[in-house]
This record gives sequence, structure tokens and C-alpha cells, in this order.
Amino acid sequence: MAKKEKIDRQIMPEQAPYIRAKNFEEVPLGLTQEAAVKEAQRCMQCKKPACVEGCPVGVDIPGFIKLIAEEKFVKSIRKIWEKNALPAVCGRVCPQELQCEGKCIVGKKGDPVAIGNLERFVADKERISGTGELPPKAAPTGKKVAVVGSGPSGLTVAGDLTLKGHQVTVFEAFHKPGGVLVYGIPEFRLPKDIVFSEVAFLEKLGVTVNCNAVVGRTVSVDELFEEGYDAVYIGVGAGLPRFLNVPGENLVGLFSANEYLTRSNLMKAYRFPEYDTPIIRGKNVITLGAGNVAMDSARTALRLGAEKSRIVYRRSRDEVPARGAEVHHAEEEGVEFFFLTSPVEFKGNDQGRVTGMVGLKMELGEPDDSGRRRPVPIEGSEFELECDLAIVAVGAGPNPLLTQATEGLALNRWDYILADEATGKTSKKGVWAGGDIVTGSATVILAMGAGRIAADSIHDYLTWGW
Amino acid sequence: MFKIVEREEMTGGTVIRNEIEAPLIARKARPGQFVILKANETGERIPLTMADTNPEKGTITIIYMVVGKSTALFRELKVGDAYQDIIGPLGAPTHLEKVGKVVCVGGGTGIAVLHPITRALKEIGNDVTCIVGARSKDILIMEDEMKNASNDLRICTDDGSYGHHGFVTDVLKEVLEKGDVKLVVAIGPVPMMKFVSKMTKEYNVKTMVSLNPIMVDGTGMCGCCRVSVGGETKFACVDGPEFDGHEVDYDELMLRLLAYREDEKRSLEESGLQL
Ligand SMILES: Cc1cc2nc3c(=O)[nH]c(=O)nc-3n(C[C@H](O)[C@H](O)[C@H](O)COP(=O)(O)OP(=O)(O)OC[C@H]3O[C@@H](n4cnc5c(N)ncnc54)[C@H](O)[C@@H]3O)c2cc1C
Ligand SMILES: Cc1cc2nc3c(=O)[nH]c(=O)nc-3n(C[C@H](O)[C@H](O)[C@H](O)COP(=O)(O)OP(=O)(O)OC[C@H]3O[C@@H](n4cnc5c(N)ncnc54)[C@H](O)[C@@H]3O)c2cc1C
Ligand code: SF4
Ligand code: FES
Repeated sequence: MAKKEKIDRQIMPEQAPYIRAKNFEEVPLGLTQEAAVKEAQRCMQCKKPACVEGCPVGVDIPGFIKLIAEEKFVKSIRKIWEKNALPAVCGRVCPQELQCEGKCIVGKKGDPVAIGNLERFVADKERISGTGELPPKAAPTGKKVAVVGSGPSGLTVAGDLTLKGHQVTVFEAFHKPGGVLVYGIPEFRLPKDIVFSEVAFLEKLGVTVNCNAVVGRTVSVDELFEEGYDAVYIGVGAGLPRFLNVPGENLVGLFSANEYLTRSNLMKAYRFPEYDTPIIRGKNVITLGAGNVAMDSARTALRLGAEKSRIVYRRSRDEVPARGAEVHHAEEEGVEFFFLTSPVEFKGNDQGRVTGMVGLKMELGEPDDSGRRRPVPIEGSEFELECDLAIVAVGAGPNPLLTQATEGLALNRWDYILADEATGKTSKKGVWAGGDIVTGSATVILAMGAGRIAADSIHDYLTWGW
Repeated sequence: MFKIVEREEMTGGTVIRNEIEAPLIARKARPGQFVILKANETGERIPLTMADTNPEKGTITIIYMVVGKSTALFRELKVGDAYQDIIGPLGAPTHLEKVGKVVCVGGGTGIAVLHPITRALKEIGNDVTCIVGARSKDILIMEDEMKNASNDLRICTDDGSYGHHGFVTDVLKEVLEKGDVKLVVAIGPVPMMKFVSKMTKEYNVKTMVSLNPIMVDGTGMCGCCRVSVGGETKFACVDGPEFDGHEVDYDELMLRLLAYREDEKRSLEESGLQL
């Protein structure tokens, strides 16, 4: 291969930290076409691309990047669509540093190719100024499929099966579709218009979306079959908030991250009183946990006027599970980190409002089941941190609402749905499941991957009866 | 969209009844369950109990008291208008059982919540005494409905303008003294439920209350509605809204209901709507 001129990784412009920490506009501004084409030229077009192995759904990464370098943007987005139905979303929220970019050869010596940013670039280009041409759709099969939950896994199933000619209806408990993409991930990281345009695209393809439909309450899974659905996909996510089980947890001003983010994102409490739903605007905020959910909460708090936004995490910096870019953005915006600290109690005033947290210092001991060193408390190290708002972001579990109302659906010992890894089939005939309700809280791309596998299996079932 | 097919203003416009087209919900609803309503794009999600349902007609009935911005906004909706979103049926249905003598105690809009439960308890063969209270005669709601739903209706007003002059607990005490009461159901303002529960505990009579914490989703995914019952945290929207009255931490519930008092005031003021 002819020696290439060395091009540096193209930096995506961002809003300055001190400005963006006060608004809900998206933080990174996207690559210009010129920068994207230049970035695409950094790809070595490996024969055995390591990045593809790093992508949970196996996007043809060199393929779509080459088409960007050649300025064939429509072809490039089509290439991604073969494997990934929501590239504008994934380009923004995938943990690329652990996946595709983490494996990229160029990254061995310097910065890896900015795969996520390129994916985002072509997806945005198609959405904003593309052809809007719909992909070809198979002839109607006369089969009906119900998809429960409109998160990334449900939307993937809906998109795939409608293209295969089946009639798909999505049932969503909330009044808006999109799952975590809409109620959890904030506007400044994933503009909601992107999610809604993805859903609108599916509707154009012929998918029906029924919001305000709580399956297990409004209608049961068995009733869906009685109504003539031939198969049901369950992608209801892991929406049950976990609390810490420490004293003072029911004080006013202590939220689950689910509640805090739902109020702000889905209900648009950040635009109160233009929108009717209120939210507590803390000046001095503590967030417990250090995953993506915690970063989103701590950064939302800043935008809602916090002077101090602190993250309290019981492990050390090395164990922080959040996406690299989010931790970096949070630190730039002024979020402070308290590592190796565990909450033991919340204190309140006579109006029942939270005023502080008692924390206990930890040190790292022997590795635990997860292979990470277990934090052990240091005796007598209690100290108090003041706060007027505390957000608990220590994970979520399976909401039993649907599973308890559905007979014949086998669960594992943590109450997640048991589904075959290769097909997504559950123990109940005609019912598939995937995404967070099977794996526990994971990622957008894994939820989509599970949806794709289940869609293939459902198609086989509807075509051949197994 | 969920269209209003009938509308009635009760007690001079502070309490409103709506019958709404919601066939899927009407088909499934049981006494004690609630729905969440959102009037329009910018609206809040507001929980209201179904006071009645008509599965044949495909309608549900709600009765609400105008207490703030959202309920004032609901009042603007007339016959033919629609709620943008209604979600339900939510919450666990009332556990209905024939036990013998039952006393249902209601206050304020709690009476609307109590009505379908009272009726169902009577229908399965209980002897139901109903005690309802209001500040004054002109804001007492659903007198006729409650009369029909129970075997004996007793009315109390704080100002003595109608029925017994005093609190529902006075009359309750009288009834409990006669003995034989197997179950008390109390639904209304938190202090009322607290005092009723305190009294029935002395008489060792099982008591069920229906709690009204602030909610968001109503499906168990946010924890906003958490209440302490018997020292454990419960989500009222899925574990309730009905709980054993003797086990509830009412003081905590009262404080949690005040969480947004300032915001609620501001929201109402800026809307230009009146209570
Ligand atoms: C705040 C936050 C930030 C995150 N950030 C990232 C990130 O940066 N990158 C990343 O890869 N992942 C991230 N994740 C994780 C990722 O969002 C999830 O793994 C993914 O959304 C799971 O998809 P899903 O389709 O399984 O379920 P969900 O997205 O949870 O969607 C499930 C849907 O089902 C609906 N539903 C639930 N019960 C019912 C019912 N009974 N009837 C009808 N509908 C029902 C829910 O309302 C919801 O809309 C984040 C998660 C959160 C909460
Ligand atoms: C399960 C349940 C069933 C209910 N059934 C009825 C009913 O049948 N009839 C009726 O009149 N009322 C009922 N309520 C109470 C009703 O939901 C509130 O009165 C209503 O939300 C007030 O909204 P607002 O904007 O008009 O008033 P606001 O100004 O917001 O608040 C006034 C009061 O209502 C409470 N409140 C505010 N927001 C909520 C919320 N999202 N959820 C619960 N309470 C809130 C506040 O604590 C405050 O004290 C019920 C509540 C629950 C939880
Ligand atoms: S989908 Fe995610 S992992 Fe796959 S190429 Fe895109 S950014 Fe990388
Ligand atoms: S209202 Fe959200 S969990 Fe009950």
C-alpha cells in the first residue's frame, strides 16, 4: 500500500463547557462534511477489520467509511442500515472506546478512527438532507406481530419485521415512544427529535405505534393472541429503580434517577412552568453511582442550576462503568467525584427535606464475582456531605408488572425473562424477548442486536411455523 | 385522544365529573383502580380513580376536585373535547370479600374514590354503613350516589351546616362502640385517614386506606409514589393504592405531598386559571 499522508483524528466541535453546562442543547456539534471525509481517509481499509469484531451487531465499518471517503453518503447509510437500524442514535451513545474504536488498528499507535462520529455524521446527513427514500418492503404476509415496549430493541424488531411484510403494532406504556432514548438519556446527549424521526420513519414503513398501552394492565399477552396476533416480542427494558435501603431514603429531594430523568426528559420539567411537571432544582446535588445514568443525572442537575454537582461512587475511578466521553464531559463541566465512598444515611430537616448524606470511606479489597476489587468500609471513617437534592443511580431491575401478569413465562432468579440466546425465544409459545428485560441493564446496541436476532427467529416462525 | 362524552359540575364547579371514551380501559377496570390523565402536550400526568366504568358503552368516569393547575386545566375541557393521553387501569384492584358489617368513611374527593368500592362491597352482600364528611353542606359531593351504594349513610360537616356537626371520627366512634364491625375502609385527606386508623386500631378493627402520593408513571418505574407501610417502602401505584391503615406512615406521606408546593402555586398563577 502506498504510504499515506498522516491525518490527525478530526476533532468534533463542542459547545464550551461553561456555556453548555447551563443549557440543554446537544454538546458535540457534529463533524462538517469536509472533516468527515478527511476522517474517513484515516481508515486503512483492513482486510480483517478488528473494529467489526468489536461491534456487537457487526456493522461493515470499513465499508461504510470507504463510502464516506468517496462522498457516497446515501450508499454509506444504506450499508450501516443493513445491520443497524438506529445509526444516529448509536453514533451518539455506543461505548465506542470499548467496542469498534477500542479494536481499531490505527488506534494501536495513535488515536483510533472516529467510527462513532462518522456513523453519526452520515446518519444525520441522511436525516436532514437525504433522499427520504424508503427501503424496499416484502409483499404482505398477512401475519400480525405485537411488539411490547418501544425502546431500541422493540423498534428494531418492528423495523425488521415490517420490512419482511408482517403487520407490526408496537404497544408502549408511556405516552411517547422511544424507551430510555426518550425518558432516560437527556436532550443534550441525544436530541429527542432524532428518536421521534426514527419512530416516524417506522410509521412511514407501516408500523402502528400504540402509546398509553400498558401490557399486563390495559391488555394482557394472552389477549393479544386472542386479538389475532401471531407472535409477541417483549422488550420492556429494566425499568425498576433500585434504592440503597439506607435510612432517610424517603426524604423529599431524594429521587431515583429514573424519576429525576423522566421528569426532566420525558415530561420536560426543565422547561417548567411552560410544561406543567415540576422538578426540584437543587443547588447542592449528590448523585450516587457512576454509570451513564449517574453522569446524565449529575449533568442534568448542573443545567437545572446546581452550583455543586457531585458524584459519589463506592469503587475507584478505574471501575467507573460510564462511557468514556460522558465522564470526560462531566468533569469538564465541573462535576466533582468522590470515589471509594458509600452512603450510609440521609439526613433531613423538620419539613422532611434532604439536607445531607452521611458517607463512609472505602478501600479496595479482594476481587469479587465481577472480577473488580471489592470495596470494603474503613471503620470510623463516616463524614457528612451537605446536599439539597440526592439522585440514586445505582442500577435498575426488571419491573414485574408484565411478567407477573403473564402465565407460562419463565424467569431467571433475578426475575429477568429467560430467552434463548440464539433466537430470543421464551418458554411461552409464540413469545420472544430481548434487550434489558433479558440481560439486565446493558446498552442500546446490545438491545438492538437482541431485537435483530429475535426478528429473524420470529420471521422463521411466521414463515415455517417454527 | 380520549373524548369527553358527558360532563357535570358538582358543588358549584369545584368538583367535576367526566365520562370519557376509553374502551380498552373500561373493559379491564376493577373497583379501586385508577388512570393517569394528561390533558395536552405540555400537561402533567395526573392520577385519578375511576369512579365508575361502562364496558358496554366503552366509557370510564372520573370525579375530580379542582385543586391546582392541572385540575383547573381539566375543568376547561368540555363535552366533545379530549384528553391527549389516558393510561390504565393502574394499581391493584380492591380486595373484595364478604365479611359482614363494613364501615366506609370518606372525606373530600375521597368520596368519589370510595363510591365504587362501597357499591361493590354492598353488592357482594356486606352490610355497609357509610360516613361521609365535608367542610360544609355546599361542598359535599355525591350524596345520592353514596346513599344508593350503602345500607346506611351518615353525613358530617365541620361547620354543622348539614348532618352531624363535627368530624367523621365522632360518628365512627359511635358505630364502632356498637361492635361487630369487621372492616373499615377510609379514603380522604391524609389527616382523616390517619385519625380513623388510630381509632380503629384501638378497637382492633381491620382498616383499609387508599393513598394518594404524587405519581409520575404509575407503573412502578420511578419510585416517586413510595410510601412506608409497616416499616417497608412500597410503591403505591403498583403495590397499592390500598394499604393496611394501621401500618402506614402518614406523617411521611403528608410531607411528601408538599414536595412541590411552591412550584404548584407558581404553575397555577402563571397559567391564569382560577381554582
Ligand atoms: C439514563 C440512561 C443512560 C444510558 N446511556 C446509555 C449510553 O450512553 N449508551 C448505551 O449504549 N446505553 C445507555 N443506556 C442503556 C440503554 O439505554 C438500555 O440498555 C436500552 O435502552 C435498553 O433497550 P430496551 O429496548 O431493552 O428497553 P428500554 O429502552 O428500557 O425500553 C423499554 C420500553 O418498554 C416500555 N414498557 C415497559 N413496560 C411495559 C409494558 N408493560 N407495556 C408496554 N410497554 C412497556 C417502557 O416504557 C420503555 O419505553 C442508558 C440507560 C439509561 C437509563
Ligand atoms: C391513586 C390516586 C388516585 C386519586 N384519585 C383522585 C380522584 O378520584 N379525585 C381527585 O380529585 N383526586 C384524586 N387524586 C389526587 C389528584 O391526583 C391530585 O389532586 C391532582 O394530581 C392535583 O393536581 P393539580 O395540578 O390540579 O394540583 P397541584 O397544584 O399540582 O397539587 C395540589 C395537591 O395535589 C397533589 N398532587 C400534585 N401532583 C400530583 C400527582 N402527579 N399525583 C398525585 N398527587 C399530586 C399535591 O400533593 C398537592 O397537595 C388521586 C391521587 C392518586 C395518587
Ligand atoms: S454500532 Fe456502535 S460498535 Fe458498531 S460500529 Fe457503530 S459505534 Fe461502533
Ligand atoms: S408513580 Fe412511578 S413508581 Fe409509582
